[in-house]
Amino acid sequence: MKRFAVLSLLLLFASAIQAQDAPSVPVKRDVSATSMEDARMKALEDQVRTLAGEVALLRGELKELRETKSPEQSSGSQILLASSHVEPGMMPASPAPAAAQVAQTQTFGGASGNAKLLNPDISLIGDFVGTAGHNAVAPGRSLEMHESEVGIQAIIDPYARADAFISFGETGVNVEEAYVTFSSLPAGLLLKVGKKRADFGKVNTIHNHALPFIDRPLVTNNLVGGEDGIDDAGFSLSHFLPGPKDWFLEGTAQVLRGDSSDVFQASRREDVSVVGHLRAYRDLTESTNLDLGVSYARGHNNLGSNFLTNLYSGDATLRWKPLRRAIYNSFLFRTELVWSARDQFSVTVPTLFQAQHAFGMYSAAEYRVNRRWTVGGRFDRSGHATDARLTDSGFSGILTYWPSEFSQIRGQYRFGHLATGPNNSFSNANEILFQFLFVMGAHGAHPF
Amino acid sequence: MLRITTNTRITAIASSLALVFALLSPARGSADSKIRVMTATTDLASLAQEIGGDKVDVESVARGYQDPHFVDPKPSFLLKLSKADLLIVVGLELEIGWLPPLITQSSNPRIQVGAPGYFDASRFARILELPTGQVTRAEGDVHPLGNPHYWLDPENGLRIAKGIQNKFSEMRPNDAPYFAQRYDTFEQRLKQSEQQWQAQMKPYAGRKVVTYHRSWPNFADHFGLNVVGYVEPRPGIPPSPQHTVELIGQMKRDGVKIVMVEPYFDLKTPNSIARDTGAQVVVLMPSVGGEKEITDYFKLFDYDIAKLKKAFDETH
Repeated sequence: MKRFAVLSLLLLFASAIQAQDAPSVPVKRDVSATSMEDARMKALEDQVRTLAGEVALLRGELKELRETKSPEQSSGSQILLASSHVEPGMMPASPAPAAAQVAQTQTFGGASGNAKLLNPDISLIGDFVGTAGHNAVAPGRSLEMHESEVGIQAIIDPYARADAFISFGETGVNVEEAYVTFSSLPAGLLLKVGKKRADFGKVNTIHNHALPFIDRPLVTNNLVGGEDGIDDAGFSLSHFLPGPKDWFLEGTAQVLRGDSSDVFQASRREDVSVVGHLRAYRDLTESTNLDLGVSYARGHNNLGSNFLTNLYSGDATLRWKPLRRAIYNSFLFRTELVWSARDQFSVTVPTLFQAQHAFGMYSAAEYRVNRRWTVGGRFDRSGHATDARLTDSGFSGILTYWPSEFSQIRGQYRFGHLATGPNNSFSNANEILFQFLFVMGAHGAHPF
Repeated sequence: MLRITTNTRITAIASSLALVFALLSPARGSADSKIRVMTATTDLASLAQEIGGDKVDVESVARGYQDPHFVDPKPSFLLKLSKADLLIVVGLELEIGWLPPLITQSSNPRIQVGAPGYFDASRFARILELPTGQVTRAEGDVHPLGNPHYWLDPENGLRIAKGIQNKFSEMRPNDAPYFAQRYDTFEQRLKQSEQQWQAQMKPYAGRKVVTYHRSWPNFADHFGLNVVGYVEPRPGIPPSPQHTVELIGQMKRDGVKIVMVEPYFDLKTPNSIARDTGAQVVVLMPSVGGEKEITDYFKLFDYDIAKLKKAFDETH
């Protein structure tokens, strides 16, 4: 009965709109000046819009009276508006079905209005790691809740969004990243301000839980600051442009405070570090693509303002993922090379000023066998930043199982041939690592 | 002397600033140029093309045979997104795993979330499976905002088309009559086709079917099919032996003869279910472009209904 009342009320309004439109139709045909017609049309449109607004208002009031908890302020009114917004002269009938739909308290649109309000997307990623076996050089803990990373992400205003990742580890709390991204700048510039993993190569930008291995490659540990890598407060400006032959080019320039793990240290305010990254990407086929990059980072090291560390890197990634079977099979091969030039005193003659030139690299491959399993491998080789005569090498085999998109169980066998002294003295490490990852909360974007 | 220098300097700064701004200001489309539209999926691209005609350039990020939950945010899409005047998305968190970074990195102010060029089609559609009460991932990869596969109901197609028409008219007021006329034609054609589709599906009204993923509630609702089970134990969770056994039992009890599968899922489990139950596996296309012959929104329903009809006839 009440539904019928609403329906008849709406029909009444619809006919009122029609009644107002109807007499003006012949007038329109007489007038030839289009500008006048336009003005009149605008006025009519406004009128219709106001009426539709009133209808929506009344409908809302009626709904309230009926104590229906319809969540949407309703795009239903938009549909109604749309249907009322018809050229004069072809008015008939069409508003009626729309009105009928509305009267059936149908829900248009999703539940977004209620479900989230203005809360940011919040997630937590737990990363539990265990290690067993022999490693005399850098033994890890047997069992540890390696980190619990809280992600808080939201759109700030029409011009910016912000992302913060706070990691609670065994030794304390660390703001891994917290930055605002301005995506509405002119000329296609993208500005990020805050603390961020620097765009130096590939692995430095990836969070622990998104890596295809449990640990970080030797080269990261030896030359690029270990687990946190180059992760510092500052500005990042990037720009992309089309290159020749379907290449996509992206340039990034970053100015950072100059404090990053053990790579860079700012002893004066002027000791800022800079990072530059140039990326070239190309789709080879629909399912295969090639991603190349060169990076440069420069900062002051822990010996003081007169001692610089320069890092150069090149990376290459080949991806294959057939679109029709994307969730079952894929392949990724990646290699990164890093050269480090570190100002310091000579390791042999301590009074002599001398730059250490160390080189490191890793190559890794990962293949998704089916929806739940991936297998992977990695080869490592890296000199030590402070003593280039020492070179570590190693390899790993990795097996990952995905119960669902939101959890992951991984095992890794790691062999290390680790340098312990300058005279070809080495220590071999044989270890099994395992990891449990779990994701709760908002569904984050997959890294690419 | 000093004044001259200052003046010269000011002039120099001003002119260089002007030059920089002239270079930086994004090239805005003039009123006559085509509207550059990017859509998340091919179905929305087809609808936009129907309404926009030759006044728009439309391209979709995802392909029709691709699982729209899992699309790689490749940088090659960025170039297209950076030039787009309008971005039409499915919404309801369907694209949450890949579209947000693309939108941000496109650094295109016109299509940022909430900007006039960001168009969420779900706002115009009738949405099913709106969760009530608490939502947890114990139910799998649920969509807390409702089922996002809503375009598989022609009525929703029409509603979205209306929304697109209004958006296009707002962006190019001079072409409003053109878009209105295109919409009317589309509506007429859709209503004609709708009559044919309903006539084709009428004999099978109320038939019970099983689907792989929950992609078909709107389709089933519209054409009177009764979805009684899913190959996936929970949305986004791969089939498990136990669930498969239960499903086979249920299908035998209920006499279900059709297993509807999306083109991007493995056919192994559906095939073994079909062998045990005497049912038929039908690979239906959830999106335009899933097969070469499905070139638009109409052909999508033509294709799916023809395949279903054939399967229903063969299994009875």
